[in-house]
Amino acid sequence: MSNTVDTDREPVQTFTPREFHRQAHDALGNPQIRANFRRAMDGLMAKRREVFSDWELETLRELGANIRLRALAKLPDLLEQLEANCQANGIKVHWAEDGDEACRIIRQICERHEAKAVIKGKSMVTEEMHLNAHLEAAGIEALESDLGEYLVQLNQQTPSHIIMPAIHLNTDEISEIMHDKTGTERTRDVDIMTAAARAQLRERFMAADVGISGVNFAVAETGTLCLVENEGNGRMTTTVPPVHIAVTGIEKVVEHLRDVAPLYALLTRSATGQHVTTYFNMIGSPRKPGERDGPQEVHLVLVDSGRSNIYQDDELLDTLRCIRCGACMNHCPVYTRVGGHTYGTTYPGPIGSILMPHMMGLEETKDLPTASSLCGACGEVCPVKIPIPDLLVRLRREAVGEGRGNVPGAGVKRSKKEVAAWKGFQWLATHPSVWRSSTALAGKLQALMPAKMGPWTDYRTLPKPAKVSLHKLVERHQADQTRAGKEQS
Amino acid sequence: MTPAKLNPVRLYPPKPQKVYFFGTCLIDLFYPQAGLDGIRLLEREGIEVLYPQAQTCCGQPAYTSGYTDEARAVAAAQLGLFPEPWPIVVPSGSCGGMMRNHYPKLFAGMEQESQAEEVAGRIYELTEFLLHVCQVQLDDLGEPEKVAMHTSCSARREMGLAETGPALLARMGQVELVEQARAAECCGFGGTFAVRHPEVSAAMVEDKTQAIEATGARHFVTSDCGCMMNIAGRFEHQGKAVSGEHIASYLWRRTNS
Amino acid sequence: MSARDNILQRLRKRADGPLTAPVSDFTVVTGRDWNLQERVERFERLISSVHGEVIHTPRATWTMVLAQVLEAKGIRRLALGREHPVAAEARAALGASEVMLIDADRDIETWRSEQFHSTDAGLTSTRGGIAETGSLWLWPTPDEPRLLSLVPPIHIAVLDADKIEDTFFDVIEAHRWAVEGMPTNALLISGPSKTADIEQTLAYGVHGPRELVVLVRHNGETA
Repeated sequence: MSNTVDTDREPVQTFTPREFHRQAHDALGNPQIRANFRRAMDGLMAKRREVFSDWELETLRELGANIRLRALAKLPDLLEQLEANCQANGIKVHWAEDGDEACRIIRQICERHEAKAVIKGKSMVTEEMHLNAHLEAAGIEALESDLGEYLVQLNQQTPSHIIMPAIHLNTDEISEIMHDKTGTERTRDVDIMTAAARAQLRERFMAADVGISGVNFAVAETGTLCLVENEGNGRMTTTVPPVHIAVTGIEKVVEHLRDVAPLYALLTRSATGQHVTTYFNMIGSPRKPGERDGPQEVHLVLVDSGRSNIYQDDELLDTLRCIRCGACMNHCPVYTRVGGHTYGTTYPGPIGSILMPHMMGLEETKDLPTASSLCGACGEVCPVKIPIPDLLVRLRREAVGEGRGNVPGAGVKRSKKEVAAWKGFQWLATHPSVWRSSTALAGKLQALMPAKMGPWTDYRTLPKPAKVSLHKLVERHQADQTRAGKEQS
Repeated sequence: MTPAKLNPVRLYPPKPQKVYFFGTCLIDLFYPQAGLDGIRLLEREGIEVLYPQAQTCCGQPAYTSGYTDEARAVAAAQLGLFPEPWPIVVPSGSCGGMMRNHYPKLFAGMEQESQAEEVAGRIYELTEFLLHVCQVQLDDLGEPEKVAMHTSCSARREMGLAETGPALLARMGQVELVEQARAAECCGFGGTFAVRHPEVSAAMVEDKTQAIEATGARHFVTSDCGCMMNIAGRFEHQGKAVSGEHIASYLWRRTNS
Repeated sequence: MSARDNILQRLRKRADGPLTAPVSDFTVVTGRDWNLQERVERFERLISSVHGEVIHTPRATWTMVLAQVLEAKGIRRLALGREHPVAAEARAALGASEVMLIDADRDIETWRSEQFHSTDAGLTSTRGGIAETGSLWLWPTPDEPRLLSLVPPIHIAVLDADKIEDTFFDVIEAHRWAVEGMPTNALLISGPSKTADIEQTLAYGVHGPRELVVLVRHNGETA
């Protein structure tokens, strides 16, 4: 595989879901992006298949889904139980209605400790709220320590995948970034680059005033925060600085400690095809008297950001089962071709397309629910059996104003023209005699299609409408048979 | 809230005297021969095929576009077309999946709910029906040939029928089914997806045609005319000599003496 | 009203009404019924597949094997605890050797730089292992603190073969974690630190140890 780097690297690009089409066009025309994603996704799909091969996958998925459903069924009680147990363990618990409030809470904790430098473990929920920018604006440096996040931050980008943030970059591009931003010698040797990053970040761990991490599972019955990782940066972040702030969405709570065993098994296998990650870090409390290391203070920030609204609706609720494994993106033929940035949202791919409309509203994200062929690959691999295709259709309904109207921006895509087209389709398809007798039916229906056929014929030939419809063919066929029957008798 | 239940294994009935045939709008308009060939395959099994002339479309295009009310009206017009308890055979995983999986949801809590469930329970995709209910024997009279198969995503995943098409081809003595790269990946059709996101769809069908072409087969079959329209349309647009055919036509053509 | 009250109220006054919790059947994550040999073999196979190094030793002579490992890997400065029998036995055995023993049972603030910059390896005990995933189970203590298994470039862990259990679920249940309460920090460790963030290429030792050596101690006939 030849990996080349454009030496005049393009300036930092910002992405927005409003520009999905333009961004998709750019990504599709970028052979580097196409190759990077295709190679990575093929590898991830193969690894997942392999690691689940000797597992009772369906049984395990059913258990995972049940555990998440049970947690959601008891969510308010479990959140209170989690809070009580965390507090009993000495963890301070904060609640935030939205990302802005969470940012303020985190900043205030930092300011109370006169923090100048924050080191971060991987946390998508802090990406949601643009925490780094918020802290920087307050004069607090926030440095990502997950290698992929670190590289993306050096390159002034956002993650393009929730598990592998720098998946859009290849080795040569990363070498160039590390050379530009950190003075690392140019190399194609991943061990050298990794060692350089290790050395750079170790100093930062030691110097950090506060560590900020996400949470994979928050266990209500024990008040335990579970973090899943391979690198050890999560353990560093939650152990070395004197203050640890864990940030999580309110849906991440599970009822029992035993619930994490199957969820963890599903998460690592679905995400990267690993039997297990290097570390499963279960945090119970701040440093107790007599203990030798660990933070003196641990905070837990519980963030809503639209989740309690999703929670109201029986169908949409399933969105909240997600354990953030990224398997839906790895298996998505659209994500594979356009990459994560094209979506312009914190969570890209299928899960993003069913989650982000709730966080950003359908005005911003109206092109995301349709950015799927409904091929079902996402739903098929989801470790907690979220019916993602059905939820995509639900959001399409909401966007055109035929849902329940309980998603922000509902009805934004409703246009008289398209409604008229579908009403026309309905009329035709409910008047069988017209449908049948219309010889130029195909032509008529084409005119009623929601969008012009131009996009189709740019890439494909359009089949010609049949001269004789199946209805007619069957009539003739049956007549032939009757005749043949009579002749025989 | 969707309860997490394992997909039940479908139990197949013995071969019935009669079946209903729901031809689908795409076949009606563009590929009627495929529909007729499907009917002939069923008739050869000694089954009387009932074709309700009032059928139009399952309503899926409106449904997946979010126009639920319109889809429901269209679906409601189909529900009454199958009054006798015969199986309903559909030569498409996509339309079959719509009727089998989405009709009950579409009418949930409504007057027609039980009717929708009853109809859904009788829906069979054509290859599924030929294989599992008819247990069809196929006497291949054609020349030896390599053929590729694209199983639609809806047949594969929504209806769980990844194997029925290939299993029928395996009963064809002279046919070699070739393996293609990423066979389970979507061809990029997705109904209105192909017109709403034309460039992404084009990239997908481009990859699909390349994968099929790379097998060396000059012919491919599919059990869904949406995919065929997409894939064959792409081949034709490029001037490539790879042709597509509905599996019903392929089977009928090669076994009809 | 506080954010807390608002959020909880919204969740409690759910528009579509209260939810029913389904029953969870955990059969799939337990009941492996492996014997000791199968557990040890599976543990070794799995942890080796992610670059964990497994060395078997009779329990009686494990410190000799430890000394050989230190020698082979050129470890001159070994951090370890004091009270745990693993640490105590190692100290007794290595007292006369050239390896410098670094006390890990100190407040980190007093030796952070030393730990980060000039410690070759950390030695820890383990509470047990997990056969299914090739994992070690550690509950750090004041004697063997959290960073001892993370910061030094090599982590040497001592595991008794008969402490390997089948699955993570079995460990949680058998040791009544939820009932007895959890420590400040509990860890599963399955191999050395690794990353695949650079074009899916595996690299070891990104933030934590580059090497993980597991000394599996056997009683009598299983050695």
